[in-house]
Amino acid sequence: MSNLVLFLLLLVLGYSFGRYAEQRHYRSIIRREKEYSDVVLTTVRRPAPGVELTGSELVAGSVVISVDYFKRFLAGLRNLIGGRMTSYETLLDRGRREAILRMKQQAKARGANMVFNVKMETASISKDGGSALGSVEILAYGTATTVTIRE
Amino acid sequence: MLISNLEVVPGYNIVKHLGLVQGSTVRAKHVGRDIIAGLKNIFGGELSGYTELLQEAREEAVERMKQQALAVGANAVINVRFSTSSVTQGAAELFAYGTAVVVEEK
Repeated sequence: MSNLVLFLLLLVLGYSFGRYAEQRHYRSIIRREKEYSDVVLTTVRRPAPGVELTGSELVAGSVVISVDYFKRFLAGLRNLIGGRMTSYETLLDRGRREAILRMKQQAKARGANMVFNVKMETASISKDGGSALGSVEILAYGTATTVTIRE
Repeated sequence: MLISNLEVVPGYNIVKHLGLVQGSTVRAKHVGRDIIAGLKNIFGGELSGYTELLQEAREEAVERMKQQALAVGANAVINVRFSTSSVTQGAAELFAYGTAVVVEEK
């Protein structure tokens, strides 16, 4: 009986806090994406001829992010019937955007206006031996430079 | 020491390739942080303790890679890649590798 109460309590806590945190995070992401929109990212590895690059430095942004108890429970149910796991989709989406924003922030602090060869990496850092996806680490990195186009 | 994940260094010519250099580190955080992370697993959200841990570890890995590059006489490391793997509970290995080169200003 007490197990059931604890389980329901965790579900309610997870739902309310998780929802609040996610909404707040998305608002902050959208605000900062506007702020850093002047830094251009590209996955191009070799800059095109005719553009001049000044300075180059490795920049990286990373985040470790976790789903709440409620969403993990939902995902467990979803595992039975298959299909899209929306709760994990938003987790990874938030993580990626956050990592990219942190990388952009670093690039901007160094006065760069472009990041070349952007690479993303995702690692699952779960405590219980990978049985359930707990928390993920997302890393974004690239080379920040300042680009001036030759006339 | 120039660190870049491009295959070229803008404004420089690559005059010599010195081969692969790498740096890695395995790190864990103290138990208190693990407990906080466990709580965060209920509420969801960023595990800033772990973010910090991995950030520090990554810097350490890059530093070791730089040391290796210096030892072989390079002045730049290009085409750098990162990789992360979780070794055991609460610990992660961070690995950085790249190509050590000697560059000269154009």
